[in-house]
Amino acid sequence: MTARIGVVTFPGSLDDRDALRAVRLAGAEPVSLWHRDKDLRQVDAVVLPGGFSYGDYLRAGAISRFAPVMDTVVEQARSGMPVLGICNGFQVLTETHLLPGAMLRNNHLHFICRDQKLRVENAGTVWTADYAAGQDIHIPLKNIDGRYTADDRTLDELEATGRVVFRYLDGNPNGSLRDIAGIANEAGNVVGLMPHPEHAVEPLVGTGRTDGLGFFTSILKRLVHA
Amino acid sequence: MARVVVDVMLKPEILDPQGQAVQRALPRLGFAGIADVRQGKRFELEVEGPVDDATLAQINTMAETFLANTVIEDFTVRVEEVAHRGEAK
Repeated sequence: MTARIGVVTFPGSLDDRDALRAVRLAGAEPVSLWHRDKDLRQVDAVVLPGGFSYGDYLRAGAISRFAPVMDTVVEQARSGMPVLGICNGFQVLTETHLLPGAMLRNNHLHFICRDQKLRVENAGTVWTADYAAGQDIHIPLKNIDGRYTADDRTLDELEATGRVVFRYLDGNPNGSLRDIAGIANEAGNVVGLMPHPEHAVEPLVGTGRTDGLGFFTSILKRLVHA
Repeated sequence: MARVVVDVMLKPEILDPQGQAVQRALPRLGFAGIADVRQGKRFELEVEGPVDDATLAQINTMAETFLANTVIEDFTVRVEEVAHRGEAK
């Protein structure tokens, strides 16, 4: 049986279809989840996609935190279910405190959209196993609230425990502290990042590369071999 | 109806580029002598019924869990006098 990977659609999600498509291209069964549902329909993993959930009113991801579906996602994530938060999904994960720190307006105040070079710092998470530690990848980045912030103690702890999963290369696009582009929780099953791997899964579109596909094949391997 | 005001500000150690952008514009507009600007959010809550300790406790919880993100923001809660209808402004 193939793995079932859920993608949550909130009002204002934009990249849910791309995420579902990436899941399918990787060989898993994509399952659409709705923000108002508490039931996760027996999925093996969840992707929180990019976009502007609930219009990003108040703060990016702040209102989504209280969506009924998130009660179940948080509960399941705490018992080990893999969760990937992309861009707005990453913001939701910090607002739920599944990941530490917070996301702020970019230091230059501009929306930024470009191909971004990243270093995979940790290839040991369930979402990065198909990469090699130290590998450089190019995937699209597009956001205005991408400045990752946490206090020094938290940042030191993230660094010391290998929980900085991705770092920006060739220029920090948003003023994120210590060039952090993505992090993991302590158990390693929850990963969040600002750039968009789901936009780099087919050679025809995006960066023209398929550097993002590894996220979805990584999790698939873990679930099939679990 | 009573009004409770919740002010939310970025913590002092957090970079506030919006406040900085405003501050940088001031000399150009002819306003001198402003050393720093920080930009926050103000929520005005119109409360049904009396603003008693239970209501204020509830608003504190609301501010702490929802209106502010205490990882990056501080907040204050205060009751504001609302002018009665018909009173001069």
